[in-house]
Amino acid sequence: MGRYIARRLGQGLIVIAGVTVFVFVVTRMVGDPVKFMLPLSATVEQRDARRAELGFDRPIPEQFVDFVGDLGRLDLGDSTYVRNTPALEVVFDYLPRTFQLVALGMVVAVVCAVPLGVFAARRPGSVADRTLTTLSLVGLSVPQFFVGFVLLILFTVRLQWFESGPGPWTKNLVLPAICLALPAIGRLAMVVRSAMIDELNTQYVKVAKAKGLSQTRVVAVHALRNAAIPFVTLFGWEVIRAFAGYTVVVETVFNWNGLGFMAVQAIQNNDFFLIQAIVFVVAVMVVVISLLIDVSYKLIDPRVKLS
Amino acid sequence: MSLADASPGTGETLLEVDGLEVQFFTRRGQVRAVNDVSFSIAAGETLGLVGESGSGKSVTAQALLGLIELPGRITAGDVRWKGESLVHDAAATLDRVRGREIAMVFQDPMTSLNPLFSVGAQIAEVLRRHLKLSRKAARERAVELLDLVGIANPSQRAGQHPHEMSGGMRQRVLIAMALACEPQLLVADEPTTALDVTIQAQILDLVADLQDRLGLAVLLITHDLGVVAGLCDRVAVMYAGRLMEVGAVDALFAEPGHPYTVGLLQSTPRVDEVTERLVSIDGAPPDLVRPPDGCPFAARCPLAHDTCTHDMPPLEAHEEGREVACWSPFAAHV
Amino acid sequence: MSATDEHTASQHEEDEATEAEDALFGRPFELSGASTPRGLLGDLARDKLGMVSLVFLVLLALAAIFAPWLAPEDPNGGDLSNALQSPVWHGGEWSHPLGTDWQGYDVLSRLLYGARTSLFIGVAVVAVAGSFGILIGLISGYKGGRVDRWLMGWVDVQVSFPGLLLAMLLIALVGGSVLSVTVILAINGWMVYARMTRGVALTVKERPFVEAAEMVGCKPRRVVLTHILPNLTSPLATLAVLEFARIILAEAALSFLGLGVQHPTVTWGLDIARAGDHELFGNQWLIVYPGILLSLTVLAVNLLSSWLRVALDPQEREKKFAATATAGAEGAGTGV
Repeated sequence: MGRYIARRLGQGLIVIAGVTVFVFVVTRMVGDPVKFMLPLSATVEQRDARRAELGFDRPIPEQFVDFVGDLGRLDLGDSTYVRNTPALEVVFDYLPRTFQLVALGMVVAVVCAVPLGVFAARRPGSVADRTLTTLSLVGLSVPQFFVGFVLLILFTVRLQWFESGPGPWTKNLVLPAICLALPAIGRLAMVVRSAMIDELNTQYVKVAKAKGLSQTRVVAVHALRNAAIPFVTLFGWEVIRAFAGYTVVVETVFNWNGLGFMAVQAIQNNDFFLIQAIVFVVAVMVVVISLLIDVSYKLIDPRVKLS
Repeated sequence: MSLADASPGTGETLLEVDGLEVQFFTRRGQVRAVNDVSFSIAAGETLGLVGESGSGKSVTAQALLGLIELPGRITAGDVRWKGESLVHDAAATLDRVRGREIAMVFQDPMTSLNPLFSVGAQIAEVLRRHLKLSRKAARERAVELLDLVGIANPSQRAGQHPHEMSGGMRQRVLIAMALACEPQLLVADEPTTALDVTIQAQILDLVADLQDRLGLAVLLITHDLGVVAGLCDRVAVMYAGRLMEVGAVDALFAEPGHPYTVGLLQSTPRVDEVTERLVSIDGAPPDLVRPPDGCPFAARCPLAHDTCTHDMPPLEAHEEGREVACWSPFAAHV
Repeated sequence: MSATDEHTASQHEEDEATEAEDALFGRPFELSGASTPRGLLGDLARDKLGMVSLVFLVLLALAAIFAPWLAPEDPNGGDLSNALQSPVWHGGEWSHPLGTDWQGYDVLSRLLYGARTSLFIGVAVVAVAGSFGILIGLISGYKGGRVDRWLMGWVDVQVSFPGLLLAMLLIALVGGSVLSVTVILAINGWMVYARMTRGVALTVKERPFVEAAEMVGCKPRRVVLTHILPNLTSPLATLAVLEFARIILAEAALSFLGLGVQHPTVTWGLDIARAGDHELFGNQWLIVYPGILLSLTVLAVNLLSSWLRVALDPQEREKKFAATATAGAEGAGTGV
């Protein structure tokens, strides 16, 4: 097991390396980060000065070496939006609030999706099933920012049950969490449904029934546990997708000041180093979560050989 | 001495199948997999249900315990266990009977066990459900059962998962699981088809042995006539969803009545005869979506005549203990 | 693009995982006589949701194509004196059937032109990403060996990129426009096609007839064209449609964040953002109209793809039939 983790970490490092190289190449070579950093009115001299200051006028390979060296020291530059604070520190300041959002959102998603999927799977093709399937499709078709606005309009503007912006989770996190969860519920419910349909058709489930086990036990213990395998994969991807992008949209709509919100602020304020830091940290998180998913297989499925 | 030599169990009738009909609803049409099938099994006796693939024997077995799932349904007839129906308003009865009074061993040992749970846990599960044993007691009994079915190192094996075992061993586990609550009827659906010939023999000996010890009634479903001859008291021959002939094993094999049975017996190669060509019955089973009006075997039967293609012959008692569904069965020709 | 990456990739990866597990016990990608065009249309007629979706999309596409003739006025025209007129059913005039926004822009025109942008980008990205992805997948699957490992390694790495964030960064640097959004979404989205194509290529490659063809001296290109491509159409169709839905959402999200298509190009995402900023406490219908249209479009595409998936796979069709035919007969007389 240890060897497996080491190997996956190695693969993860390659991914992180890939992301960093990509970001580096793109930011230094494709666009002009200095143009991005300074206001439009800056003069050419000001730009050149800034460029020299940051070392962006040196040959690319030299820059890259410096870049990697800085990374090693965990120095990702200083944020300009949040004055005089290392970019990495800013990231870690805002990360916890995004964690909260994703945590609550994913809890809501799982709690809703699993029962829905199981219920739909018991009688595939029935009216209940087709309704649930269509609802799931609706859930994952509606754009999140629109759902967010609808929720905002209904529950904060008109009914005033909740508020937007940062605040205690009961008043401010529920709506964004629901908003984040909605397409996830759609996708996860479909996965649970199809996995459960497959499971309920297996021979061992039939054997379990023949043994006289209660329907509850057959479904909840035999079928569900096996269905957990594809579910965990998809669930992991939902978490990754949330961190890697959905939180940006949801946090913006609800003014929830987590990392996604900061990402937009950073871009709007031309804070190059902060954006770079955010991208880097998120890439690392994605790698870690992937690894956790893979490891969790072993816990569920004794057949898996991780070598 | 094989069990077939002893007198067949003359205990009470445990299982009665009465005009059972099972249909499957597919895009191509309705398939009548089991058509007006009736038979009974008494305590302690072994009934073999024989037929080629697609004859409906597995479906019959599954229908007994209410295991037919969509797109299939029991559309007519009844199954009675000790007088109680297992088909109509049967939820409570089935709950009580499944795994406890009637147990089933399925065909494919590779897929019949849940890969995620240990073998011991899956046996213990039945014990805890029906006999309300404690975890510890169930675990111990599971080990005993594994020993009973001839698995070496039972306590170690109990903690293993199905993928760590061979096919033969898994089949033994399935048998152990079925016998856990000491049922009165064991329904074995092709218990040896998926196994090696040598393992087959072992498993069959095991079943016979357990039968002796436990006084079990057995419904053995198979396409292998040799297995039937070795293990069964009576045999029922199925074709295209219908029963063609039922009778005591030795008598039926010695003097078969139905032309199909004759064909089956002739086409079974014998080790002690030198034959140059394998005999087979010409033709193929009928399409069950549009079953013929008359006898389903008529198209392939060398003795068929007009009535055969129009009217289905009823399953009639001929001599003692023998029923044949044929307008001109062999005995009449003798 | 891992952010708004959807049903597509997940469904496909799920299929892939199942296939790998079954070790080719699962269904090979083979069209076994299920899909004559007439047969397909017949199936569609029976699936009402699918039919409605298709009709809706066709109408939308037509509206988008003919927008310049259908729109009451230039979406960026209109003056403040016309601001905030109500839609017709609230007492507005027919010159602005859906009313105007606070800048005097005609809502209907903006919806129509927005459809053009969204549908165009969707088609363009699918075409570009699809072509590139299929090419890579074919090379990877057919050649195998080191080439395969490297290419798939690249796919694996890129798949793990935080898609939306990178897209945001790129567009911020390069500037938002229909072209940049298309290119960047394509860069982020070709991997699914590559993986799927590679899967098909691998399956087909194993078949004896391919070996035979090679022994006879058929050039690789011929093998690819005659054997692999036909088996590709079915899964590709389903995938492309799903991706199309995903791209529409992705573009809308980017535009919503101000990092996609820019004014004066019209897109629904941008309109939702502007209205959200301006009219959250006021004329909320200005937020809702583009949102509903966007949702309906994506929903229609998803419904269509869902139907397509069943229609192109004979096993799925059988299952569906079995389910609906006996839905009324559940559990009759069989106990549990």
